[in-house]
Amino acid sequence: MTAATITRPRNAPSGQRKVTQGQVIASEWIKLRSLRSSWFTFVAAIVGMIGIGLLVSAVTNAHWGQLGPDERAHFDPVTRSLTGVYLAQLAVGVLGVLVISGEYATGMIRATFGAVPTRLPVLWAKLAVFAAVTFVLMLISSFVAFLGGQQLLTTHGTTLGAPNALRAVVGVALYLTVVGALGIALGFLIRSTAGGIATLFGLLLVLPTIGQVLPASWQVHILPYLPGNAGAALFTLHPDPGTLSPWIGFAVFCGWAAAALLGASVLMMRRDA
Amino acid sequence: MIEARELSKKYGDKLAVDGLSFTVQPGIVTGFLGPNGAGKSTTMRMILGLDRPTSGSATIDGKRYAQLPAPLHEVGALLEARAVHTSRSAYNHLRALAATHGIGRDRVDAVIELVGLQEVARKRAGGFSLGMGQRLGIASALLGDPKTLILDEPVNGLDPEGIRWVRDLLKGLASEGRTVFISSHLMSEMALTAEHVIVVGRGRLIADCSVSDLIAGAGANVVLVRTPQATELRDALVGPDVSVTSTGTGVLEIAGLTAAQVGEVAREQGIVLHELTPQQASLEEAFMDMTRDAVEYHAAPTEPAAAAAAPRSNA
Repeated sequence: MTAATITRPRNAPSGQRKVTQGQVIASEWIKLRSLRSSWFTFVAAIVGMIGIGLLVSAVTNAHWGQLGPDERAHFDPVTRSLTGVYLAQLAVGVLGVLVISGEYATGMIRATFGAVPTRLPVLWAKLAVFAAVTFVLMLISSFVAFLGGQQLLTTHGTTLGAPNALRAVVGVALYLTVVGALGIALGFLIRSTAGGIATLFGLLLVLPTIGQVLPASWQVHILPYLPGNAGAALFTLHPDPGTLSPWIGFAVFCGWAAAALLGASVLMMRRDA
Repeated sequence: MIEARELSKKYGDKLAVDGLSFTVQPGIVTGFLGPNGAGKSTTMRMILGLDRPTSGSATIDGKRYAQLPAPLHEVGALLEARAVHTSRSAYNHLRALAATHGIGRDRVDAVIELVGLQEVARKRAGGFSLGMGQRLGIASALLGDPKTLILDEPVNGLDPEGIRWVRDLLKGLASEGRTVFISSHLMSEMALTAEHVIVVGRGRLIADCSVSDLIAGAGANVVLVRTPQATELRDALVGPDVSVTSTGTGVLEIAGLTAAQVGEVAREQGIVLHELTPQQASLEEAFMDMTRDAVEYHAAPTEPAAAAAAPRSNA
């Protein structure tokens, strides 16, 4: 075999001579679905979302007789069936970080930026593909968890027509999508899997706990705005006093993700790959 | 054509690349030669827009890499560290890269066949040997059928058959009028593959010349003589352009004269010779002499005598 026979004439590749955002999205879609870890993690998120919801609903129904009158009065069948969101967010968040940190860890990022040297389209494409897949899968999971959970709660259950039930069910999917976006931003910012995951869950889970030790007068000005608390407002039906209203809370949560993405895009453009 | 102008890269206090200027012409294979740590990979990453130069610029056919609308059609690159996600198959890796440029499956299949990875294309790239990884890297470089190829240590890890294949491939690509720029720390490999070499050490340009010039210049021809009358021979030979070094009892290395001239002098003086051998400095030695001062990490000298005798004329 000589080079002359194995390379094609100059104009052989059938591609357009321009890198477009759509093509970069197609590339990221191939990348996401060609890694087994993506599917394992999505399966974990789905099982977490549905499995925990059904389990908690069944257990609640079985032990209804042991609940005190106060608990029964405040019982909220909607959020009960959506308890799995707390597990699903771990899987989605980890995968969001991995989508980027995996490329930095293996050196793939250099091939990626070599093909798309303007870099920003890569960030948008990863975000778009991951957000779309996460939203669709989590929306379905959330509906299944809710509807199945209500079945298992029997007479203590409710319907989608109940006040704010639909908002909570869709809200869970929106919240998880933004958790994934935050993971992507942190993946670009921190570039290491361990660091990215630690930072993500530090923000979502640890920060609110630390906030609890602040003086009460400070707490009211800080706690509701922390990313985890603000985001959770969207699927909480009986919020604690001082919690942000659902859509304001979600907007604040999106603001955190947007700020992280902005930082990520600035650093991504400046740093060596 | 690749052009680097006053290219510099600083990592902290350390200058990895120091004011490097050179031009890589199309139609020939140009070697980029230097010891480890000389700044070859950094320079290539700057040409490819992956690392930002501290100062200076690098262009490909007059454009910075980031300005290329479809870079894979212009430049194919193989980077030293494998730029492949270890959990993805070779086929999907190439498919993902191809998708950014709208390059179809047929071309992906073609480059896989071209580098001979058909058997393993569906397997995880993480399980590939170094040689298979290099072939995958070359496949991704050729994906867009580019006019320019920038390959960092392309023969690293290949078996002799693979090395020969790469050599023929690169020469073939150059003969089609493409610009082929390959780095290596092996002078012997460059001598066989490249027509032109750019030699760097400690981030600075040491030489930019054709391989034949390099070989000619490197030929600090030395004649090795073994004689029981070493002192007499030395006295008879020494002159303004001739240097004589004793490298052992009865052994002389003479620079500046041909073996014939040495033999004639010995005959005139009635000196007995046991050996008279012209010694051409190998290309490898020439390269090592040339970059000696520029080598980043020296091993401790094992033979002090040999090291002391080293400062011969530097070509």
